[in-house]
Amino acid sequence: MKHETRVAYGEALAELAKENKDIIALDADLSKSTKTAEIKKVASERHINCGIAEADMMGIAAGLAASGKIPFASSFAVFAAGRAFEIIRNSICYPKLNVKICATHAGLSVGEDGATHQAIEDIALMRSLPNMKVFVASDYHETKALIRHVSKIKGPCYVRMQRGKSEDIYDEDTVFDFYKPKELKKGKDIALIATGLMTQYALKAADILAKEGIDASVYEVVCLKPLADKEIREIIKSHRINFTIEEHSIIGGLYGAVAEAAIAEPSNPVYPIGVKDTFGESGKAEEVLKKYGLDEEGIIKAIKEKI
Amino acid sequence: MHNEVLKEHARNIRKMIIEMIHAANSGHPGGALSAADVMTYLYFEKMDITKENVDSRERDRFILSKGHASAALYATLKEKGLLDEDIHSFRKIDSKLQGHPSMQYLAGVDMTTGSLGQGSSAAVGMALADKLDQNGHHVYCLLGDGESEEGLVWEAMMAAHHYGLSDLTYILDFNHLQIDGRIEDVIDPTPFKEKFEAFGLATFECDGHDFDSIREAFKKASEVSDRPQVIIAHTIKGKGVSFMEDQASWHGSAPNDEEYMKAIEELDREDA
Repeated sequence: MKHETRVAYGEALAELAKENKDIIALDADLSKSTKTAEIKKVASERHINCGIAEADMMGIAAGLAASGKIPFASSFAVFAAGRAFEIIRNSICYPKLNVKICATHAGLSVGEDGATHQAIEDIALMRSLPNMKVFVASDYHETKALIRHVSKIKGPCYVRMQRGKSEDIYDEDTVFDFYKPKELKKGKDIALIATGLMTQYALKAADILAKEGIDASVYEVVCLKPLADKEIREIIKSHRINFTIEEHSIIGGLYGAVAEAAIAEPSNPVYPIGVKDTFGESGKAEEVLKKYGLDEEGIIKAIKEKI
Repeated sequence: MHNEVLKEHARNIRKMIIEMIHAANSGHPGGALSAADVMTYLYFEKMDITKENVDSRERDRFILSKGHASAALYATLKEKGLLDEDIHSFRKIDSKLQGHPSMQYLAGVDMTTGSLGQGSSAAVGMALADKLDQNGHHVYCLLGDGESEEGLVWEAMMAAHHYGLSDLTYILDFNHLQIDGRIEDVIDPTPFKEKFEAFGLATFECDGHDFDSIREAFKKASEVSDRPQVIIAHTIKGKGVSFMEDQASWHGSAPNDEEYMKAIEELDREDA
């Protein structure tokens, strides 16, 4: 089955709002896309539309958090993390306020809207901020659990979601530990360390590679900051060649995080599969991912160049 | 409160501002001195902040959106008995008195500020929270006139008006100067009154150095029950220290020993 992670977000938000009157959703005129509008079904007064003013939305969220509220501020990732960056830095992260930035429409898979709307640097931006925790959701059930988790922990969080549907990897009974890489397939030759939407492509690529006699492990990383450095190094140590896979720039995202952890105690090589320091373009999500080497074929091609 | 008592508090606050900035050999005296009287009025007459409730949310709150005037906030908190720290640690290593106000260090600092415009949005968030909780508390937010060149200020006011935040009052410290010169010469943000009114705020004006005038403006603002208000406080940058008055060069520089002595001497005079 395929589901949209942002739908899970909206549902989780409404459920949480029912349980806790301090949960508030903020949006910047995209509430039907980001799904924050779902909270209106439970508590319309706790949906604050800030209009097309993402910077103001983050400042308002900071003020709400300074008043003991738990604001969930949403927009497309390019505006949430990019447009509002310095407000997130100075008004949210520096005072360590309890704001949850839940950004949708991240990565190349935005598709038709093109490069202006395809955030490929949001993880890098958010990772660089002290006090910020950074999570990337891959499927429906994981997103639901993740949103519930970030609502319970104190401090600034950034949650990255995509626009389109993704394959269900987990089910509603899955118990998640977001802070450890999740082993989805155990192999012995190479490791594919993926995040977000790319997790399902990594699984597909591993299946194809298996038929060709290449035994790949697949891991999903949900929490990119703090990264489970020790576990990441263990993975790298136990696989001859390692790859990170993300629909984000190879600068500062999953590859950046994994490489930073790996280089401290170097063992086996790690290569990036991601957006190669370039902007995306318009097209159907699958077409764009294919063109930029981020479908299963592209991933396999990049792997074969190294093994 | 008698104006004479307020004047005495303002005098002490101004002296501390000079003392701190001189000791740090760094800071922003001009905009701290221009805001001193309005802040004195807020903390000693208008707001319900006390030593007992300073840690709590159950009180009025103040955001110094023009965070570079931090010396004025620390001095006001000190004068009010809400600050334990030695003011001489201002801007020094290991001090809670950061160059720009940091809420995680001090209970009396209601919002971390320093990057201009951001306090105006945080004020909206705080007033929204008060409104949702129906607790009757008020949020005051002090803006610089140069700060109004940040688009964020206007985004915040648009939201404040849209959500009918009548328990939110902005105060504009209209001292006409910013780092690069007169605001009208740098990038003219005036006329303020017409702009604020167009954004839907109830707009009042006062002499920002006259307690009767300040009191009257806040009284009128508090009678507004359907929308946020803004009080344009006409002030003089560097007010109270003759050689600093109306000089852009005193925006962000500290007095040397001689200037410090002269400033304190002037502020100590009976008629100051």
